[in-house]
Amino acid sequence: MNVELKVTPDKYLPHRYAGASGDFNPIHIDVDFAKQVGLPRNILHGLYTMAQVARAAVDAAGGDPRKLKRLSVQFRGMGFPEQEIVVTGSVKEERDGRVVIATEAEQGGKRIIRNAEAELETG
Amino acid sequence: MPVDVTAKGKRYPPFEYEVGKEKIREYAHAVGEDNPIYFDRAAAKDAGFRDIPAPPMFAVVYSAGSVGPAVLDPDVGIDFAMMVHGSQEFVWGEPVCAGDTITTETAVSDISEKAGRGFYVFESVSRNQTGEEVVRGTWTNIVRGVA
Repeated sequence: MNVELKVTPDKYLPHRYAGASGDFNPIHIDVDFAKQVGLPRNILHGLYTMAQVARAAVDAAGGDPRKLKRLSVQFRGMGFPEQEIVVTGSVKEERDGRVVIATEAEQGGKRIIRNAEAELETG
Repeated sequence: MPVDVTAKGKRYPPFEYEVGKEKIREYAHAVGEDNPIYFDRAAAKDAGFRDIPAPPMFAVVYSAGSVGPAVLDPDVGIDFAMMVHGSQEFVWGEPVCAGDTITTETAVSDISEKAGRGFYVFESVSRNQTGEEVVRGTWTNIVRGVA
């Protein structure tokens, strides 16, 4: 079971995710505001990136979201729109009809989610 | 300023969220889901769901109304300019479907300080209308420059 997912969030993705999630923090949707607080531009919502790790894990389990039992992530660094995110992962352990996958997400060579673990039901 | 830990253990009133098919569609579209179960009731039922299911990470949508006020609580005292979302865990139970009413309760499970950083951990538990647990979330926010 291998985890791999590539996705490039477009320029307006943070706006759509803000509407969908209700998180309108201006660092995600306002380039001028983001620059004022010292960021290079507006940044992705960490929970959007976590959703990409969740998608990759569900895909690895055959596409059934009921198979995903647990997901834990550490947010590190910042993700940006218009740059490819690559989620990778591999099996760490297998027991009692469950598999634990060690996974991470990187963008432009920097890990933006690391030490992530997804627990999937295999039965 | 050292971290004030007095809010540790504080609990917040339950928050109710009614899950709608179109909100699931909007969320699923935003995060790039393309599985028809999230968009088409017939496909969802064919896959054995009661109705259109929410993607697992939709947990952030129905939990937000409970976790948000806890994170913003002045008694907790987070300095937002210095805060980052450090880590997140979800443990899923019963699937959430359109038509469900999800009730989430949040508590401050831990406040601690390590190497000049404050660690604020919130625990949320969400249940559906029949009392089944649908998700348990652990939200860790890190605040720099507390010591």
